[in-house]
Amino acid sequence: MEIADRFFFERYGLTSADLERLLAAALSEGGDYADLYFEHTTTSSILVDESLVKSATEGVAAGCGVRVIAGEQTGYAYSEDLAPDRILQVAKIAARIASGPARVSTVGLRAASADHNLYPVVHAPTDHELGEKLELVARADRAARAYDPRIGQVRVTYADQVRHVLVAGSDGRIVTDRQPLVRLSVFAIARQNGQSQSGSSGAGGRVDLDFFQGDHSPEHVAQEAARQAIVQLGAREAPAGEMEVVLAPGWPGILLHEAVGHGLEADFNRKGVSAFSGRIGQRVASQLCTVVDDGTLPGRRGSLNVDDEGEPTRNTVLIERGILRGYLEDKLSADLTRATRTGNGRRESYQHIPMPRMTNTYMLAGQDDPEEIIRSVRHGLYAVYFGGGQVDITSGKFVFSASEAYLIEDGKVTAPVRGATLIGDGPTVLRRVTAVGHDLRLDPGIGTCGKEGQSVPVGVGIPTIKVSRLTVGGTAPRAVTSFL
Amino acid sequence: MGEAQLEEIAQDLVARALRAGASAADATVLEGDGFSVTVRMGQIENLKEAASRVLGLRVFCGARSASSYSSDFSEGSLDRLVERTLAMARVTSEDTASGLPEESCLGRYGGDLALYSEDVTRLSTPERIALARRAEEAALAVDPRICNSEGALFSSTVGQKAYANSLGFAASYRASHCALSVTPIAQNGDQRMQRDGWYTVARSVAGLESAERVGRTAAARALRRLGARKVPTCQVPVIFDSETAPSLLGHIFEAVRGDAIYRSASFLTGRLHQKVAGENVTVVDDGLRRGGFGSRPFDDEGVPPSVTPVIENGVLRNHLLNSYAARKLNLRTTGNASRGVAGPPGVGPKNFYLAPGDTAPEDIVRSVKSGLYVTELIGFGVNIVTGDYSRGAAGLWIENGEFAFPVEEVTIAGRLQDMLNHIALIGSDLEFRGAIASPTILVEGLTVAGI
Repeated sequence: MEIADRFFFERYGLTSADLERLLAAALSEGGDYADLYFEHTTTSSILVDESLVKSATEGVAAGCGVRVIAGEQTGYAYSEDLAPDRILQVAKIAARIASGPARVSTVGLRAASADHNLYPVVHAPTDHELGEKLELVARADRAARAYDPRIGQVRVTYADQVRHVLVAGSDGRIVTDRQPLVRLSVFAIARQNGQSQSGSSGAGGRVDLDFFQGDHSPEHVAQEAARQAIVQLGAREAPAGEMEVVLAPGWPGILLHEAVGHGLEADFNRKGVSAFSGRIGQRVASQLCTVVDDGTLPGRRGSLNVDDEGEPTRNTVLIERGILRGYLEDKLSADLTRATRTGNGRRESYQHIPMPRMTNTYMLAGQDDPEEIIRSVRHGLYAVYFGGGQVDITSGKFVFSASEAYLIEDGKVTAPVRGATLIGDGPTVLRRVTAVGHDLRLDPGIGTCGKEGQSVPVGVGIPTIKVSRLTVGGTAPRAVTSFL
Repeated sequence: MGEAQLEEIAQDLVARALRAGASAADATVLEGDGFSVTVRMGQIENLKEAASRVLGLRVFCGARSASSYSSDFSEGSLDRLVERTLAMARVTSEDTASGLPEESCLGRYGGDLALYSEDVTRLSTPERIALARRAEEAALAVDPRICNSEGALFSSTVGQKAYANSLGFAASYRASHCALSVTPIAQNGDQRMQRDGWYTVARSVAGLESAERVGRTAAARALRRLGARKVPTCQVPVIFDSETAPSLLGHIFEAVRGDAIYRSASFLTGRLHQKVAGENVTVVDDGLRRGGFGSRPFDDEGVPPSVTPVIENGVLRNHLLNSYAARKLNLRTTGNASRGVAGPPGVGPKNFYLAPGDTAPEDIVRSVKSGLYVTELIGFGVNIVTGDYSRGAAGLWIENGEFAFPVEEVTIAGRLQDMLNHIALIGSDLEFRGAIASPTILVEGLTVAGI
């Protein structure tokens, strides 16, 4: 057995005989499949506020989760003590989900190699001296304050982690991965005439500290946050009601994540609880729209060599020219519905049961000129930057909140408006996409997705698009009609 | 491990830090047993059981500090943890407001807060599974239009927490928590599916609503959403029910946190002792509530709980503070220090609530000629710096004091500072289902955006 990353074998003295013994214990009550998920994650983070280091934190979390699947049922238990005898006890707890004679587990573990090496980071961010990271944070703090004298408060956070994982399944597959992740975030408050406004920005990925240069430099990230805060100082009330909405490229791709991404996760569809259930092959978007979930983009925040069930990630077409093509699968849903696994089985940590999750979800570029798209709008909203979003996958209603947006009047981007939530219907919103720009952009590497209490890093992306009708949740109901 | 043993580990960590050269230190040790079972369409879907533990350390070198956490309790690992944390502290910047609380602030509440109930520990696995199964069965039995389910979940945790610092404080406590929820799905012919749910939470099994009641309530909530539609954009009175009103109180909590105040990151900055809300508005943060989800005998810096008036008849009386925010604002800590294990303490609620009024919730509905009754809010469109509020909503339309039809795909928007001044009616139905609670309220002046 050749295992690329011998981390757990060296550090904890595990042997492949141990793994086989543990898998056998997991299947001692029957069960169709069992796997072991070893994880060792080191993290470090810095918070600078008022130009002072308010927090410098390091941590280690390690554990092993044991999962047993019997039909549609999952038993799960975990241990933070990685001694094989202790894991054996939790394997027996997880085994109780099944009731039957013991299954023969494996015919010998064999190392599976990932198809790709998407983040060949030599020096993990966690290995760098704290001083280097403090300098990145200090540069961001200085740049945000220097941007404009009206910038009053600046808060910079830096966070990195390196996660070692080993997945061993009763199908004999054993996979390891080392997953670096780093993010720099800046939050700035601008003040003028007793009024305050805020802006935020960030950058990151599965990268080394060298990443923070050029467009990703601390200065660039900080200036972006400061710029947003200053722009908002002049913002007027946001309009309220249905109107044409143009989304800027990049981070506004959160639309896709909420409107269609979650609804296409296979667990919801297997159970028939998603607004997209049973709609494969049907039209769910205009033919301008092709949407993919791609876990294989090098260095991206949402990318993985293998998912948290040991399956290599891939590029999965969800919507092709408007037609719904597929769901995001984990092992359980794929096995139960005889679908092909897509490498989307993810979990927050060894404490959690894997489920279908997105990686990097984006819409492919179209043909339209972004400037022409804006010129085509008489009265509408141009949304550039967003806070979070959320979806009710059963009714299909989703929201995402614009933190930087402008009115479009007679084909021109005019006044900035205050933050407002946009609300729409997942299965129909993409049918109203009437223009798709040629300027696909991915987000800067800042997204975290929550589902059933589990957070995982994700990416989104989108070209400039026009949605012919979407409800904008501002406070100025008559502002729109008065323009007409 | 017992509480005493956790306390010893915390004290030992602090002692190691002092021996290694720290000028001050504190440590938190957490241990918990967690259980959860999901039952869907009558069958167990997930069964999860695990014990977990983690420790956190914070060290000071004069006015510099750093912190660390680990799930590894082995001897060698603890010494490495102390060394690395001190090494970090030495290169951070000096912050004269940092440090442990003043010794005079420390202490443990002597009374019984009823945080732990033995019946949570004693409940057997088959009984736990049965609770989830009964809740779902009850939901599915209500109406043939309840055609599917996202399942019922029973979960419980029993945990211990110890805290020690270099001022000689060391204490621990035990707490339990259990919850039962169910999420049925309703469908009527070709109409869109609708899901909603209901839940019950308590520190004891005996404190839970019956499984059957949880199931029936959940089904009724899902059924009343069938056929929901958008409404035209308008400005109407908006009622937040006792499920959605606590989220508004949550925003008020964020705005009165001392750390937001000293950073001028709250729309209530500079408003202490001023009128910030209508005279009918009184908000309290009560740390002494028996069985409260925000109650504990000492906060995460070793400060005992108290009752803090936050807004009294519309006047902002207190910010909520940990010792750091208190020093920044020249005030005294209110015992609101809150931290996980990673990093320095933040500010968390005790039992933070809007004092109830005397109007029955049904009468609040009856008082509205035309308006929106909100039963669910989604999204994150709230900015504490500016007070701007804009969230997705679902609920029921009110016409002449009666529910007329379900509403979805609308937003409600306004400004928090205005909303505080336009709470026209406050219900009598205050119930604590979390650390933050509110009765039903009627707010005027909001914009509902739809068609």
